[in-house]
Amino acid sequence: MNKINFLKPDKSNLNLFLISGLSLVFISIFDVFLSSFFKINATGFLPTSVSFLLPLIIGFIGLHLIRIEYSGIRRLDEINKNFNNNNFNAALSLLIIFIIIKSLPPVLSWTVIDANISGNSKEACTGDGACWTYIKVWLRRFIYGLYPNEEQWRINLSFISLLALGSVGYFATEKFKKYLTLYYVVIYPIIAFLFIFFFISGGPVFFDFSYGIIASVVAIIIGFFVPNKFKLYYFCFVPLAVYLSLNLFILPEEYVELGKLEGLNWVETGAWGGLALTFIVSFFCLIFCFPIGMALALGRRSELPFIKYTSVVFIEFWRGVPLITVLFMSSVMFPMFLPEDFFLDKLVRVIIAISLFEAAYVAEVIRGGLQALPRGQYDAAKSLGMGYWKMHIFVILPQALKLVIPGIANTFLALVKDTPLILVVGLLEIAGMLQMAKTNPKWLGYSMEGYVFAAVVFWIICYAMSKYSYNLEEKYKTER
Amino acid sequence: MKFNIKKIAPQLLTLLFVILVFGFFSYNAQLNMENRGIDFGYGFLSQESSFDVQFSLIEYDGSHSYFRAYLVGLLNTILVSVIGIILATIIGVIVGIARLSSNYLIKNTAAFYVEFFRNIPLLLQIFFWYFAALRALPLPQDTESIMGVFYLTIKGLFVPAFIWENFNIFIYSIIAAVISIVVIKIYAKRKQENEGKQTPVFLISIGLLFVLPLLSFLIGGVSLSFEIPVLKKLSKTSYIYEGGVGIPPELIALTLALSLYTATFIAECVRAGIQGVGKGQKEAAASIGLNPNQILKLVVMPQALRIIIPPTTNQYLNLTKNSSLAAAIAYPDLVLIFAGTALMQTGKAIEIVSITMLTYLSLSLSISVLMNWYNKKIAIKEK
Repeated sequence: MNKINFLKPDKSNLNLFLISGLSLVFISIFDVFLSSFFKINATGFLPTSVSFLLPLIIGFIGLHLIRIEYSGIRRLDEINKNFNNNNFNAALSLLIIFIIIKSLPPVLSWTVIDANISGNSKEACTGDGACWTYIKVWLRRFIYGLYPNEEQWRINLSFISLLALGSVGYFATEKFKKYLTLYYVVIYPIIAFLFIFFFISGGPVFFDFSYGIIASVVAIIIGFFVPNKFKLYYFCFVPLAVYLSLNLFILPEEYVELGKLEGLNWVETGAWGGLALTFIVSFFCLIFCFPIGMALALGRRSELPFIKYTSVVFIEFWRGVPLITVLFMSSVMFPMFLPEDFFLDKLVRVIIAISLFEAAYVAEVIRGGLQALPRGQYDAAKSLGMGYWKMHIFVILPQALKLVIPGIANTFLALVKDTPLILVVGLLEIAGMLQMAKTNPKWLGYSMEGYVFAAVVFWIICYAMSKYSYNLEEKYKTER
Repeated sequence: MKFNIKKIAPQLLTLLFVILVFGFFSYNAQLNMENRGIDFGYGFLSQESSFDVQFSLIEYDGSHSYFRAYLVGLLNTILVSVIGIILATIIGVIVGIARLSSNYLIKNTAAFYVEFFRNIPLLLQIFFWYFAALRALPLPQDTESIMGVFYLTIKGLFVPAFIWENFNIFIYSIIAAVISIVVIKIYAKRKQENEGKQTPVFLISIGLLFVLPLLSFLIGGVSLSFEIPVLKKLSKTSYIYEGGVGIPPELIALTLALSLYTATFIAECVRAGIQGVGKGQKEAAASIGLNPNQILKLVVMPQALRIIIPPTTNQYLNLTKNSSLAAAIAYPDLVLIFAGTALMQTGKAIEIVSITMLTYLSLSLSISVLMNWYNKKIAIKEK
């Protein structure tokens, strides 16, 4: 009568099953633990394959024994539900636990226990583990590239002040909130550019970037507030006229070109590199690709056939080719298309290329948002007498952009992850610096440490971005 | 027709802009090429290339033409893409399903994998596999074999080569098996619709797939032998395996990185697709007595596929385009051979870059056409 069926554990002999099962599981985990941390093979007397599989089998039997439904013990029920609800899951759980235990000691010993960080040369690295001294010595190069050491405060200053200026949005009071978009879309990029121009570069970086161009950009922005009737004519003539008149008549030659600050040396873009370059490239591409992408998305949805098909061709072309060929194009083919005396810096060419490339992706994402909006929104806006631009700026785009926050965030993430590619055209961003450091004869053989370091840096950046976009999505989610 | 300036003017402006940009570029290109004494043309494609390629699927050496070099690069690109797509799909589907598992450990391991691999730039991953992980492998002479026939060394993976006799008969037998399986499937479907009887199609097809090729061995005179790689001494310290097929480490690193990276995105697509199927569908399927496997196979997956396929197509396209990163570790793909070496030798920047871009464009377009066709096929046919 009191026979115990070991193949089918049930509640009537709860304690027996529980104790025997748990002890079996414990034994199996302990065995793996011993063999991985202390290199003691408790089952060494058995043939290799058997002693290898034994903990798995013991643990599996143990898990089978404690699989009792509705046991009345909360912990046990939770374990059964989460790790142990059938044979397959039990085996997989055990396998994963064993793999984690087995892989912990080598990983720990490589990264921490046997690793070295003291000293300043290769000789300091004696252990079998990682040589973090290498990272320590090269850290400045990985962050600033070939930028001269004594000038690096310029990069720091620029980034810190740009970060401070960028965080204005958090402290803005209700009164100024409505100007924030204008600030972020127009003023902030110009400030950022001036910072990079005056501080990081300290001299010519763009072709003939002058006050004339700034004035015409301002003229274009003012154009959006011109009454609808004259808008078209305004856009056709005024910015160009402003630019030409400033350049030719009003300002004398020496004031037209942007000068440089006294006492700051010019650092050519070839010396920029490392993480700083990653930030600069991603920052500018981000700023440029967004408006271009928005314009392309609107163009693709336009009712005017020529504009529509131009946008379609443009988008599909950029989406169909890999970034690496685009970069090749910008570095070898594009100079052929420019006048001979017209020099465009390599970095600028690369930024233009990546911006156009990513703009096509942003355009497709925004188009998705535009398509998802119900027709009623367009009709309602039109019935209020809004024109095309007013309708899009005040009604359509705010809603559409809210819908596509995750998509845009993903595109930006892809952009940041694509920046290491610029090393194929010879710009030494962090991956490029790694490749350079790896071939240094004093530091041969530490490529692993370098890649781990770069991977951690990028992982933190990208993970933070994706979490931030998730928060943004939650924040702007409106009940529909 | 009413003349509407609001409609005509923007288009004219765009047209003007496009013409100006193109005109400016082509005028400058002409001028530049005249100044440098370069002539425009595709005649160089038939010239002798005079450079060697380490790894090619078709016969190639320096005496072949540039066009042949282009083909070698294209085939290598396609090889990486196809292997990568297959591996990424397998890993992606498994991880995607694992992320929805009820098992806490499995779920979190899958989530960890996805979060880890997708937040590291692909280029770094390729570098890691190629310069760090695969460089840690033993030299050919110190390698221990895997199961006696595979050798994983720093110079690549060496596997036995298949040596077939009467290979075409074997292929015919497989084709015959596939055709008969299709016929049986159609027959079984008709039978089920008419009489309501199920035919064990799966078992029959597996049987056919085994029996017909086996017959070709027994009767057709097909024979298969293996050529096992053998260690050979090149010089005092340098050894290499000869015989068999050598898979270069570049290819291994590239496929590993590409498939592990893309699999994370495919996993997310799969997860979104399965989650997108209404809960009611699963409950309804369970209430008519289907077991979990049947629910996944017969109810959830067919519906989920419709959500999964469009974004997965994008990932396939991305993988194909990302395979161009091969140039960074010197795997001889289209970009390295053609936009790298050939461009360096001929100096024909415009022609070569445009050919390369057009090739990728047509590769992408053909994948998207194929997947659109499949997507249309499985879409809900509304009455």
